[in-house]
Amino acid sequence: MCLSIPGKVISIDESNPDLKMGKVSFSGVTKDICLQWLPDVHVGEYVLAHVGFALSKIDEKDAEETISVLKEMGDLE
Amino acid sequence: MKYLDEFRDSTLTKNLSEKIEKLTTQRWTIMEICGGQTHSILKYGIEELLPEKISLVHGPGCPVCVTPLEMIDKAVAIASRENVIFTSFGDMVRVPGSRHDLLAVKANGFDVRMVYSPLDAVNIAEKNKEKQVVFFAVGFETTAPANAMAVVEAARRGLKNFSILCSHVLVPPAIEALLSNPQTQIQAFLAAGHVCTVMGYEEYVPLSSRFKIPIVITGFEPVDILQGIYLAVKQLEEKKCEVENQYTRVVLKEGNSHARKLLATVFDIVDRPWRGIGVIPKSGFKLKDEFADYDAEKIFDVASISTKESSLCIAGEVLQGLKKPYACRAFKNNCTPEHPLGAPMVSSEGACAAYFHYKKVI
Repeated sequence: MCLSIPGKVISIDESNPDLKMGKVSFSGVTKDICLQWLPDVHVGEYVLAHVGFALSKIDEKDAEETISVLKEMGDLE
Repeated sequence: MKYLDEFRDSTLTKNLSEKIEKLTTQRWTIMEICGGQTHSILKYGIEELLPEKISLVHGPGCPVCVTPLEMIDKAVAIASRENVIFTSFGDMVRVPGSRHDLLAVKANGFDVRMVYSPLDAVNIAEKNKEKQVVFFAVGFETTAPANAMAVVEAARRGLKNFSILCSHVLVPPAIEALLSNPQTQIQAFLAAGHVCTVMGYEEYVPLSSRFKIPIVITGFEPVDILQGIYLAVKQLEEKKCEVENQYTRVVLKEGNSHARKLLATVFDIVDRPWRGIGVIPKSGFKLKDEFADYDAEKIFDVASISTKESSLCIAGEVLQGLKKPYACRAFKNNCTPEHPLGAPMVSSEGACAAYFHYKKVI
């Protein structure tokens, strides 16, 4: 039930200050997602979404570093 | 899908599998706490990539599985009323109660609706002011802020016909209960990454040092899980017991402070019964008194419900990692995903359903 998936923020609607919403694309499927808990999120960034709410931003640099460290780990063998 | 596919890469899983093999000198038992991780482990055959010396046991982190039978019966009782629209995540509608599940209530003509988000339930309440709209608020710390927001949003819109049937549970008290059981064989934990996106991981530090056990905050893709296992085995082999974060791309030490603040505004921490396990102290949320108008248990008179569990089902022992699903006499016989006796056979995140679908040879 804690299933959360990464999606790209397409647009942000801040017309309701208590319920900041946005359109988030999950590989082309767009859904309305609440962005209220991510005050510094921008269009184009990736977020982790769960039951219609973005819980955190995805640190893209960190993700790339993890992958390259794990790749190097194999190359060193 | 970006940020999923690269963490399913077969070269990386092979590298990690080889590293774990080289590192392991003795038998270790590791529990993944979250049902989502159990599902990934079975789906991707991760146990087959591990040395024989490493055993994975599956934890109680499946809200569908641990929601008490009494709560399911209360949901069934509320949903079976004429003036109610009962809303729920899809998983919950098939969980067997003492007599029926919610899907049977729907089949009997009552208004039971599956929703993607608790905000959908608030919108249903706004469009159906002549009806009482109840949302079945289950889940761990990952889901609780969304349900808290639904209550706050209903209050902001002035809705008098929205309430939640609240059955939220918390991970750290469950870890404490599992480790306090003298029968436990758990030597390290993979903690639930998405719970920690909300809560951070500071509350795991005292648990790790008190029970002298490594706790690795871990993600959900095969590369994440294998890296989490690698970090846990490394700590075990080096006789360390620390809290470590594998899932750094989304989990911050402090979690999401805005979501946590909302939880503290809406909920109080209370003792909660866990299906198959029993009452765990301070292991769940209830609505604060100032939100009593949104508490379905207070609005509907469902206090005295007598419950009846299947006598065959061993879900409690499965949920504590004491037995594997195939140790149950009913597994694949009287109990299947189409006709489940216990909740772990219902949810795709339940250990029994994961074994049923993915474990070919037992």
